[in-house]
Amino acid sequence: MTDEAHSMKTLADLKQVGDQVRIVEVHGDDGVAIRLMEMGLTEDEEIELVGFAPLGDPIEFSVRGYRISLRETEAARVEVSD
Amino acid sequence: MSDSVTTPSESSRLTVALIGNPNTGKSTLFNALCGGQARVGNFPGVTVEKKVGQYQFKERDITLIDLPGTYSLSPRSADEMVSVDVLLGRQDDIPKPQAVVCIVDSSNLERNLYVFSQIRDLNLPTVLVLNMWDLAKNRGITIDVDELRQRLGVTVVMTSAHRQDGIEAVSEAIIQVVEDEVTPPPRLFPEAFYAEVEKLSAWLVEHGEEPAHFYLHERMLLDVRGASEEATNKENTLQLKEYLGETRLRLAAEGCRIPAIETKLRYNWIREKLDGVMVRPASDQTLSTSDRIDKIVTHRFSGILVFALLMFLVFQAIYTWSGPFMNLVEGGQNFISTTVEGWMPPGTLRSLLVDGLIAGVGSVIIFLPQIVMLFAFIAIMEDCGYMARAAFLMDKLMTKIGLSGKSFLPLMSSFACAIPGVMATRVIENRRDRMVTMLVAPLMSCSARLPVYILMIYTFIPASFIFGWLPLQGTVLFAMYALGTLIAIPIAWILKKTFFKGETPPFVMELPPYKWPSPRIVFDRVYDRAKAFVVRAGTLIFSVTVLVWALSYFPSDHSELHNLSIQMETIEVTAPAEQETLDQLSDQHNLLAGKLIRESYLGRMGVAIEPVVKPLGWDWRIGIGALASFPAREVVIATLGTIFSLGGDTDEENPGLRSTLAAATWPDGRPLFTVPVALSIMVFFALCAQCGATLMVIRRETNSWRWPIFTFTYMTVLAYVAAFLTYQIGTAIGG
Repeated sequence: MTDEAHSMKTLADLKQVGDQVRIVEVHGDDGVAIRLMEMGLTEDEEIELVGFAPLGDPIEFSVRGYRISLRETEAARVEVSD
Repeated sequence: MSDSVTTPSESSRLTVALIGNPNTGKSTLFNALCGGQARVGNFPGVTVEKKVGQYQFKERDITLIDLPGTYSLSPRSADEMVSVDVLLGRQDDIPKPQAVVCIVDSSNLERNLYVFSQIRDLNLPTVLVLNMWDLAKNRGITIDVDELRQRLGVTVVMTSAHRQDGIEAVSEAIIQVVEDEVTPPPRLFPEAFYAEVEKLSAWLVEHGEEPAHFYLHERMLLDVRGASEEATNKENTLQLKEYLGETRLRLAAEGCRIPAIETKLRYNWIREKLDGVMVRPASDQTLSTSDRIDKIVTHRFSGILVFALLMFLVFQAIYTWSGPFMNLVEGGQNFISTTVEGWMPPGTLRSLLVDGLIAGVGSVIIFLPQIVMLFAFIAIMEDCGYMARAAFLMDKLMTKIGLSGKSFLPLMSSFACAIPGVMATRVIENRRDRMVTMLVAPLMSCSARLPVYILMIYTFIPASFIFGWLPLQGTVLFAMYALGTLIAIPIAWILKKTFFKGETPPFVMELPPYKWPSPRIVFDRVYDRAKAFVVRAGTLIFSVTVLVWALSYFPSDHSELHNLSIQMETIEVTAPAEQETLDQLSDQHNLLAGKLIRESYLGRMGVAIEPVVKPLGWDWRIGIGALASFPAREVVIATLGTIFSLGGDTDEENPGLRSTLAAATWPDGRPLFTVPVALSIMVFFALCAQCGATLMVIRRETNSWRWPIFTFTYMTVLAYVAAFLTYQIGTAIGG
């Protein structure tokens, strides 16, 4: 991840259950990035925060009509906008 | 199929590949089609299971190949490459499939169609199976199947495989599609991309590569550092990497950015095809119920409580509830042994039958109750959707030791028995996580270690209290359980840094809506696992048991021992009142048995290794006990009983064995067992890989001898070093 990763808003920044955002971009071209995209986290797609695991990580989201769990580090790869 | 000279039998034979996302009911459909008849093996060189089934339909012999569940057909590893190779007919041991069946979850069509869109690019006759049709209908999801068929250009079949609904229609569709003309795959990418793929194909042929399927070259461009590039370009002699890099830059300049472009275009295509065809209800009852359950099940407090309760149940099942069934197996084994002993006079043949063959079969079947119990729980938890939540709950904790949430259940199960534990690592999709979990699982203190701990603790550790309130014996027992667990942490860390390094695998996981588990699915899974264990690991376990019998029997002359047995058995029948004579004979018998095991190959090995085990505080007798228990640690008690001339029918509670051990001395009269010696024995047993069955299961699960040998070596070295330190430090402190 680059420094710009810290300035942009990502899925890992969502705090409120029920928050809905739009995906801007999944950063990187490694296995994690590709898996995220293959699971349907693509540009312009809406995604909603469903909840956190007891230790705050991983995080559950709703996208494309199903529920998906992402680790915080993975969620931080997904740039979003409100 | 244009060849007019093919014989009827050849043309009636069909090879079909079955593929789909995980959790779509693929195995259930496979079983429903093949009626449970399948040959299970491994693809050469990888850890991917090869499951091939055969069945007949309308006079056609259909061979069905079950490919591993996958979210995509973009191989990033040799394991994932297998599916592509099979589909393109590049896998040597499997004929090229004439058709492919893609199974999807009807209630989650959008994401499931991603892999379907990639399969379309293979240009093979394709059947799309909309499975879980009943569940989708119950959720109020409607799909216009005729319209979908039109838009996708393939045959579409609806099934509810767990209820056997629509299974015949799948077979009908298969034999139909191979006759039909294939609708060419949609061209989703910009023309510039296809032009580059064609250029790449030509470039590869120019550089001496065999011509290959268009899809492989598509993948080469689309998968950065992917497996299809890796397979063609092991040494990078072609400078393929540079070529691909340049091409990708060129494409990016034209607005075709790899890798994001692929997922974007495919998902756009899917959405376009589903628009107006699939309608979800405004409020999805199943999802909202599922969310309500999740509020409790993944909650900070109640979630942990539910999880702890379930794990407690699982552990009880394999640790305690399987006990009566294991006793039943043991009882059966004893009954058969006694029956055989009634028919045959004592002798080598009887010993081979009873102590070799029957004991060998028993040593395989004895694990079945635990395996069945664990897999029944796993199958229920998987099918109802809880398994993913369990991993969700435990992930943070497990990442701290370098593993993932899915490693928790296999490791916990290993406290009862590492065999079902190792088999349960299948729930971990990622190869590296799975391997590391499998390799540390045998360090968890399994139930077979308990008798050794009990014998040593209650014989040699004083029943005193630390600080006046903490019972010493219980603390030592706890320490033994903690030892393996704590050591597993650095071992897992080292394995991750050495043999299994690389980028952290994604833990992107679907959390399916809860549903009632289907009895058929649960039964099928348990049956599959049990059968796999008996057929594929069982034969090896059996052979090891027979081998150890031979080592402890030969080359000693057993005729005198057999004579004593005959005399005893005669008295038992004719004059059972002569207890005194019987006791005398029995003592003689035990003394002789002890002498014979010393003279056996195993005994000689034990004597030979005395210099090696002496630094652990052991004499050759303990050495033999440890050697004899390498195939199965639980036999150490019986072996010690035999060596110390008490007979083999003893257990850890036996006061005779305890007092004999307490009285045992070195030749110079020093007591053999001191507290440091007892501790060093326990530490050794806690850490050593003394379980042939576990090693054979690791061999089966990894499809390689390398990993069982590795596990055996690292655990034995670890056990030796730890036992050495325990004894030396213990002696230095205790004097």
